[in-house]
Amino acid sequence: MSTPLLLANKLTCIRENRILFDELSFDVNAGDLIQIEGANGAGKTSLLRILAGLSLPYEGKVLYGQSPINQCREEYYQDLTFIGHLAGVKSEISAFENLSFNLTIQGDQLDNMSNAMDAVNLTGFEDVSASNLSAGQNRRIALARLWQSTSRIWILDEPFTAIDKAGVVALEQLFMKHVNQGGAIIFTSHQELQIANQNVIAINLNGDY
Amino acid sequence: MTTYKPLNYRQLFVKVMSRDLKVAIHNKGDILNPLIFLIIVITLFPLGIGPETNLLTRIAPGIIWVAALLSALLSLERLFKNDYIDGSLEQMLLSPQPLFIMVLAKITAHWLLTGLPILIIAPLLGLMLHMESLAYPALMLTLALGTPVLSLIGAIGVALTVGLKKGGVLLSLLILPLYIPLLIFSTGAIEAASLNMPYDGHIAIISALLVSAITLSPFAVSAALRVSTN
Repeated sequence: MSTPLLLANKLTCIRENRILFDELSFDVNAGDLIQIEGANGAGKTSLLRILAGLSLPYEGKVLYGQSPINQCREEYYQDLTFIGHLAGVKSEISAFENLSFNLTIQGDQLDNMSNAMDAVNLTGFEDVSASNLSAGQNRRIALARLWQSTSRIWILDEPFTAIDKAGVVALEQLFMKHVNQGGAIIFTSHQELQIANQNVIAINLNGDY
Repeated sequence: MTTYKPLNYRQLFVKVMSRDLKVAIHNKGDILNPLIFLIIVITLFPLGIGPETNLLTRIAPGIIWVAALLSALLSLERLFKNDYIDGSLEQMLLSPQPLFIMVLAKITAHWLLTGLPILIIAPLLGLMLHMESLAYPALMLTLALGTPVLSLIGAIGVALTVGLKKGGVLLSLLILPLYIPLLIFSTGAIEAASLNMPYDGHIAIISALLVSAITLSPFAVSAALRVSTN
């Protein structure tokens, strides 16, 4: 076996004197599609934020390659696309400007952005400012980054929220494509994936991991 | 999959700054309100203490600078708050590009929107307060060097309080004491100038404050942002 892309080592998370998870360890290999499951408040978002390096675990560490992620931030963040439950979309500027800005600061590819706009069904809305678009469309602006992403690890918090059925199917197809190309996806969702759910590795946070 | 292409620092700086300016153009109130606040505060003084020109002439530098501090404070919270609420701050923290440059770009945009307008209307405010005509160059110079310091130091406080629900008052308590040296040397310079005395020493110290703030504050802001989004 090659070394895993990402390794969670004995992560413990405590919020408001409550243990969300204790000594949680798992590794993320190329080609993995990992679904974090758990009831509301089980710590799914906390876990994803710890994996992305936005929050610190109470104990334990996350390793990218061989080194802890806070010691190799630049390399890790080149290889990571994180979409949280906040879309990171500025309502004052247009859909296209939002996408291009987000891609630029993440160092993703900027050519063929219209393809990504097309893939998330926003063609014709490029110059509309995000405040005039619906919640689902705002979510789609954020998700459009995935079509342009050059990073291997994707961490997605509730990617399917507010997305219509056709959008979910397109997103799932993109997931499969990314995984088959040697990427890895860690996501949370309360929905079952429609396609190829035999490949999904589930991590359950409801106490019995 | 294509490979990651880093931007050079200048491209990144311009990109972040122009986005902030574009966003600000849509929120005109955010730019105008602190400025109108500044003008109103300064108008209140002649009304409150009477139109006695000698007294106004003497306190003019202090009034203009104190009002500038307060109006800076009013506009500071916007620096990171909206980005924090809509998640763009998260994306900046997760960017492989240096946070230092992005923070500096955001602070520069903030200064262009709040510091520069103060600089432009300052002569008018001086006129309203019967300021000594010899003091105008010193007023302009201290504001030109000092208002960027207001944005740079203020940004540290904003970064520390961005995660709090009611950070506004705490922000003033954190930041205002740090503005004291700047206030002392700026008003000192203007007073010296109005007495036709040299004020290069004051200007040198304000310049030193500016240079150290430019080089150090983006690091402090970056560290503070990582802590407060934890």
